[in-house]
Amino acid sequence: MRAVLSPRRQQRPDEPARRTGSAALAERVFRIRESGIVVVLAVFVACTAAVQPRFLNSANIQFVLIDTTVFALLALGETLVVISRNVDLSVGSVLGLSAYLSASLFGPHPGIPIVVVFLAGLGIGLACGVANGFMVAAGRVPSLVVTLATLYIIRGIDILIVGGKEVVAQSLPNAFLQIPKATIFGIPDLAIVIAVVIGIGAYCLRTFRSGRDLYAIGSNPEAARLAGLPVGRRVFTAFALSGAIAGVAGVLWAAQYGTINSTAGTGYELQVVSAVVVGGVAIFGGSGSVVGAALGALLLSTISSALYVLGISPFWDQAIWGFLLLVAIALDQTITERLTSALRKRRTRHA
Amino acid sequence: MAKRRATWLALALPVAATVALAACSSSSSSSSSTSSSSAAATGSSSSGAASGGLKTGLKVFVIPKQLGNSYFTTADSANSGGAIAALNALGETGQETSGTAATPASQIPAIQAAISKGANALIVSATDPTALCPTLKSAMSRGIKVVTYDSDAPSCRSMFINQASTADIGTTEVDILAKEINDTGQIAIVSAAASATNQNAWIGYMKTELKKYPKMSLATVVYGNDDPTTSTQVTQGLLQQYPNLKGIISPTTVGIAAAAAVLDSAKYRGKIALTGLGTPDEMKKFVADGTVKEFELWNPADLGYLAGYAAVELASGKIDGSSGQSFTAGKLGSFTVGADDTVLLGPPFVFTSGNINQFNF
Amino acid sequence: MPSFRDRSLPDLLRPALRWETGLAVVVILILVIGSAASPDFLTGNNLFNLGLSNGEVAIMVLPMTLIIISGEIDLSVASILGMASALLGVLWNKHWPMPAIFVVVLLVGLAAGAVNGLLVTRLRLPSLAVTIGTLALYRGIATILLGPNTVSDFPTAYTNLGVNAVPFTGNDMTYSTLIFIVLAIIFGVVLHATPFGRSIYAMGASPEAAQFAGIRVKRIKTILFMLSGLICALAGVLWTFRLDTAVQNNGLGLELNVVAIVLLAGVSIFGGKGSIIGVVLGVLAFAGIQNALLLTNFNQEATGIVTGALLLASVFLPNAGRWMRAFRLSRT
Repeated sequence: MRAVLSPRRQQRPDEPARRTGSAALAERVFRIRESGIVVVLAVFVACTAAVQPRFLNSANIQFVLIDTTVFALLALGETLVVISRNVDLSVGSVLGLSAYLSASLFGPHPGIPIVVVFLAGLGIGLACGVANGFMVAAGRVPSLVVTLATLYIIRGIDILIVGGKEVVAQSLPNAFLQIPKATIFGIPDLAIVIAVVIGIGAYCLRTFRSGRDLYAIGSNPEAARLAGLPVGRRVFTAFALSGAIAGVAGVLWAAQYGTINSTAGTGYELQVVSAVVVGGVAIFGGSGSVVGAALGALLLSTISSALYVLGISPFWDQAIWGFLLLVAIALDQTITERLTSALRKRRTRHA
Repeated sequence: MAKRRATWLALALPVAATVALAACSSSSSSSSSTSSSSAAATGSSSSGAASGGLKTGLKVFVIPKQLGNSYFTTADSANSGGAIAALNALGETGQETSGTAATPASQIPAIQAAISKGANALIVSATDPTALCPTLKSAMSRGIKVVTYDSDAPSCRSMFINQASTADIGTTEVDILAKEINDTGQIAIVSAAASATNQNAWIGYMKTELKKYPKMSLATVVYGNDDPTTSTQVTQGLLQQYPNLKGIISPTTVGIAAAAAVLDSAKYRGKIALTGLGTPDEMKKFVADGTVKEFELWNPADLGYLAGYAAVELASGKIDGSSGQSFTAGKLGSFTVGADDTVLLGPPFVFTSGNINQFNF
Repeated sequence: MPSFRDRSLPDLLRPALRWETGLAVVVILILVIGSAASPDFLTGNNLFNLGLSNGEVAIMVLPMTLIIISGEIDLSVASILGMASALLGVLWNKHWPMPAIFVVVLLVGLAAGAVNGLLVTRLRLPSLAVTIGTLALYRGIATILLGPNTVSDFPTAYTNLGVNAVPFTGNDMTYSTLIFIVLAIIFGVVLHATPFGRSIYAMGASPEAAQFAGIRVKRIKTILFMLSGLICALAGVLWTFRLDTAVQNNGLGLELNVVAIVLLAGVSIFGGKGSIIGVVLGVLAFAGIQNALLLTNFNQEATGIVTGALLLASVFLPNAGRWMRAFRLSRT
């Protein structure tokens, strides 16, 4: 009788993720789950394009991809946190603070290199993430409460600093504002960069021990602790990364919109959590992938865009959006349950 | 069993406390009303002879839709020559207060606190035309004068300071756009929230004015909810849905800034005209590179300044806000109250590349 | 091994009671400091305003407490309020008689809660995700119902609840405060003194164990969501009458405030712990702080920081005792 397969024990760090037969069954599950989202996305796009072919023209694809970049980044950071059975509700406030502070560097320092501004944003986000991570990991307190509190506190700090001021497009260099607009062969540069970043993130999460530890912690924190995993350190790192990524997303937000005041990023946390859940990341931790979460963000952006392109009465937009969100969540859950039971049947058949 | 009793006691305590607080402070409610009326009395008794017989020492609260909004900061603050500058010049105490969420739920506590603190007059930009009425009416019943500015609450104020006539804004917006697209083509409107009274009123006049241009048609009105992301997405949707779109009007500063960022590319600049209501600082870049040729607004500082004078005139009893009365507002000159107890600041101001650099708000 | 039904009620309450005492101290501190800083704080007029501004949120906090103790969460509360308000406006415009409107609005609230409950229990979807979806769906329905319109011609007999106090209470108690007190007593009795209440604690602490103990977890959770929907619809009616306005964005954004108050009250987000006493104190603390800050010319832009700091205190202070003990133990 074959030993019960434990995907994590079987996997070696240098083994490529794509193998049939003896490959980790979990790998297959994840990939199938992601292709599930791709299928939903494809079907949705096809239906919309059938009604309104202009939905698929290059300009609109560019719009959708650019609109997704900020959320895809936020979803990447949020996934790291959610996988470990936590949640980070402060991402919207971090984005807002970072967007203002980093973009406001251009005014008094006109010649500042754009890279420095990005680093500033990353630094601000990292500081917030470190604070979150320290409180959650060292304090061993529920992350929903901590990050809800930092949502309020960071937004409050943002409002205090900004007051009634704002950064306007005129103070930002053209090169900065063009970042979201540059394209290669019709695909925005930024989308390619983000896709690469997500790919790297997915690889790290899947192959490095620190990444796999996050899954273990999310599946069963006490067991992980007893097994000797450095739970505190991993959770801390997840929050620090989430904050840093939100900080960079803030700089991109500034480049995209050009006008930044103290309301930037308000309400983003719920959208990011939706994207992550739609993307197949279990809210209780232990499973999911950053690719799925990014696809979830893309699907939500596509739904938004479709609603506006189709010209459905604007008063129906939000209800339809909410309904589709519920459908996406329910679909994903059903697919997961079907897959898990199918896998269980397959295992017992092979035993 | 003792523990069970302790549980019930603990449950009863806060309930009892709330009730007790309510009951015993009823004795102090009479003293609070006397204290607020005595505050008003002190206000009038300490009146010096200000210019034109106006009272001094009045407590006036300026309550914009939200704090942290640059438009209102310009309209209200002393540095920019807004409402508090006018109040200071007249010898009154002016204070800005509000919530941070631009909703009635966020604004009402600030109004209530102002009443509690002994306000003589309130200058309010209403987050909702009717939701503030119970609170404002309660203020007026205590002798507090209520002036609205920028955004009206028609049935619960003595006067409304309107930045420009609603009809003027609607018609001039269409005229500006028509000029830019040679009176021909399909246009669309990117508005704020679907329930925004100002925008809906202006759009009404825009639709009427459009009838003068038979070769122009309104494709649709979309709602950006004064949120940059939504405004961006609805604008992008417009571009796909109406490939022959020639112009966009966005009568809201968030909307025009977002639409300008979308149109600010070689593909759309010059092909789709954009105008609306914007602040000069936010629009400078887009006027400089040609995405926007002309747009309108008014001077928010002047609006606040005028509202400050109006409030003091009311609180000093010189006018009661009915049509036909007039008063002087310092450096802005004299104004007459028009229909609906409304005072007009003046016609909307058109910003162009020629004059935009003279302004810093 | 003692089952949940064997543990006596005070045992379940004891860990919670420690935070409640701290919270009671906070409330007293707010009263003292507030009245010292501003003579207007403890006036009847101010308390009346407090009740007006916070009544509906306080009412919504009660069912949210039960839901969180049972291990779930409901983020759609503000949208159900908005949907109820929009429905009230639309039906009033159609000249329906008010009693009929009440019945329909409350039934719709029940239905909205039932949808939440069924999605969570039958489809086994996580309540955080589901209620983010219904948050958008119900707000969207409110927008469909009212569109750009505002209804504000409600009869004064009803809108007076936003202007007048309850008779015989000395001119200070708002109708919403009275309803809150009555509901708090009812919820308190149910939660702390009935088997139903004990089951809620049980399923929050361990859903599997509760299931095996014979508690009908799914049915109770659905009931809790339906109760939340009903109460939020009631809050929507109160809100609409108080402001004499039915508009699609009524109550926008309140859900985080409701959750914050419940967490402030010492209710554990993991479920299984918390008390109504704490919730009442939490409401007093939250409302009191915001009001005191407003009256004392505190920079309004920083009130969020104070709220956030209180929330952090609510999770760190109870654990402080644990750390001290652990620290002392490690020294021996």
